[in-house]
Amino acid sequence: MAKNTPPDTGETTSANESAYWRDNIRLLVSLMSIWFIVSFGAGILFRDWLDQFMLGGYPLGFWFAQQGSIYVFMLLILYYVVKMRSLERKYDLDD
Amino acid sequence: METQTLIYIFVGLSFAMYIGIAIWSRAGSTKEFYVAGGGVNPVVNGMATAADWMSAASFISMAGLIAFLGYDASVYLMGWTGGYVLLALLLAPYLRKFGQFTVPDFIGTRYYSKTARVVAVICLIFISFTYIAGQMRGVGIVFSRFLDVSIFWGVIIGMGIVFIYAVLGGMKGITYTQVAQYCVLICAYMVPAFFLSFMITGNPIPQIGLGSEVNDGSGLYVLQKLDLVLQDLGFGAYTDGSKSMIDVFCITLALMVGTAGLPHVIVRFFTVPKASDARKSAGWALLFIALLYTTAPAVGAFARINFIETVDQTSYENAPEWFTNWEANDLIAWQDKNGDGVMQYRAGDAFEGAPVFDEGATGDFGERVVTNAPVTDSENEVYVDRDIMVLANPEIGNLPGWVIALVAAGGLAAALSTAAGLLLVISSSVSHDLLKSTFRPNISEKGELLAARIAATAAILVAGYLGIYPPGWVAQVVAFAFGLAAASLFPAIFMGIFTKFMNREGAIAGMVSGLAFTFGYIFYFKLMNPAANVAENWLFGISPEGIGVVGMLLHFAVAIVVAKMTGRTPSDVRKLVDSIRVPRGAGEAHAH
Repeated sequence: MAKNTPPDTGETTSANESAYWRDNIRLLVSLMSIWFIVSFGAGILFRDWLDQFMLGGYPLGFWFAQQGSIYVFMLLILYYVVKMRSLERKYDLDD
Repeated sequence: METQTLIYIFVGLSFAMYIGIAIWSRAGSTKEFYVAGGGVNPVVNGMATAADWMSAASFISMAGLIAFLGYDASVYLMGWTGGYVLLALLLAPYLRKFGQFTVPDFIGTRYYSKTARVVAVICLIFISFTYIAGQMRGVGIVFSRFLDVSIFWGVIIGMGIVFIYAVLGGMKGITYTQVAQYCVLICAYMVPAFFLSFMITGNPIPQIGLGSEVNDGSGLYVLQKLDLVLQDLGFGAYTDGSKSMIDVFCITLALMVGTAGLPHVIVRFFTVPKASDARKSAGWALLFIALLYTTAPAVGAFARINFIETVDQTSYENAPEWFTNWEANDLIAWQDKNGDGVMQYRAGDAFEGAPVFDEGATGDFGERVVTNAPVTDSENEVYVDRDIMVLANPEIGNLPGWVIALVAAGGLAAALSTAAGLLLVISSSVSHDLLKSTFRPNISEKGELLAARIAATAAILVAGYLGIYPPGWVAQVVAFAFGLAAASLFPAIFMGIFTKFMNREGAIAGMVSGLAFTFGYIFYFKLMNPAANVAENWLFGISPEGIGVVGMLLHFAVAIVVAKMTGRTPSDVRKLVDSIRVPRGAGEAHAH
């Protein structure tokens, strides 16, 4: 990823804003993929296969459907909040 | 102290607290009425969002659904939490940056059209009213069982409380009462869960207890034991589902997208100071919600075990007190089909439909007489309404009286907090979107505030009427508010932020087609021709619960095709999209 340093004038250029937006979209795509994999993937589509493994007394697919996906959802938002803060600082667009 | 006295004390104290908060936080301006002044701390807003979101359905019904559906109920757990990822990542920060008061505000401005705004208002009112009727039913159930008043007076009292803090306080009053209501409802949910988990597994943390061994010496895990017991009685295994995979997939997706498109949830993110706060706030909201949502599967499983152990093969004369309490409220019934005086709980329906009691008549063993025709090919003799599991849980588990009182207060907190949030979006869409922005642009600030209060009052009266005289379709359609939100509002908002080419014509065509298709499908299978509501007749095997996904895809497709065939979006709209994509400057946005 190219290092885009914000211009010193403090004025945000359009190029700066579109670089910020591209980075944001890239981040969104990877986080939404994880969102899809843990819930629709592990909890629904591949649940039967995952159920052969146990997590304590939970069949693994069942655990993802009723517990695990929710924990991952929380981590996703946490990561996004932290990551976006640093992106916004990098492009000098923070509020 | 007697349980009944404790219930009066707990419920009375919680109501006094809500009213006190309402008086302390009266709204003086439209900005305070619509968005609590726009200065709510993200953690506080997260907590208020959680209370706003977790309705009577989450508090009262969800664990019961899980108890009786097992794996199939995962659609609710994933669906009603995964939507917060969509909100935090795709909608909330941008809508906050846009910075007006309502969801139709965004749609009307982004698509430069009063028609688009009015279409959004129609979607919003439709979604919110189907949703609110369910809350009032929850209030009625809690009042009639725990406070020994009729449903009529229960709803009147509930409406009176909501009136005081929603009409006086607007969003500001609602926000702070919701914080108090969250604390009440989460305590009321967690305390019995700790007790039950400890009793059944020896581990008080329910999330771990559900994955532990049962402490009855059998060495079986909780889920294994449930699977065995249920299969013995003729049910399917708890950890197996009966819904098809495509249906589970679509229902989950419809609930997730619908959650992100629910106006009363979205509007909560207009109340924080900055765009980055909206992201944070969605994270806090999910944390507060997840506390209840990860506990619910444990509560459901423990409740099912307890229920089977205390009811099945018990003679009616020795039936526990809670059984007869709930029987008196029509929510449990026993029909002694084999005449042995012992209750058999098996798979299948005990009799046809909901129980119809022969008023005042008692059978050989003192039970209330049910006049329904028995179902002969099932040995099951027990009818149980899923909704009672959470409310009856403390009694089934023999927990102390104050826990029962706490649960009563918690159920009311959950129902009232959601009802208030819904009333607010209805009233602001009438006073702000219909009057101020469409039909009466010259209305003064004072006049708009008065209109908002009158609209809130009218909405309360309608909701109260629906609570006292619930039309048959209410219970049928509450869950469909999500499908409608997924097919109508979410795609329009999403494309408004992430594309610049989406124009007025595309958005209107998309919203109308998404809403019409989804509504038509649900209307046909749920109201017009319920007999046809079986998997063979469904489009692609998708039930009416999950059809919002198809409606959403249709919305996207129609909107994109129409937008490509019609004109470019005006340059000021393209500038608006540029400006909502960057967080800087959200603080001032409320000023316009």
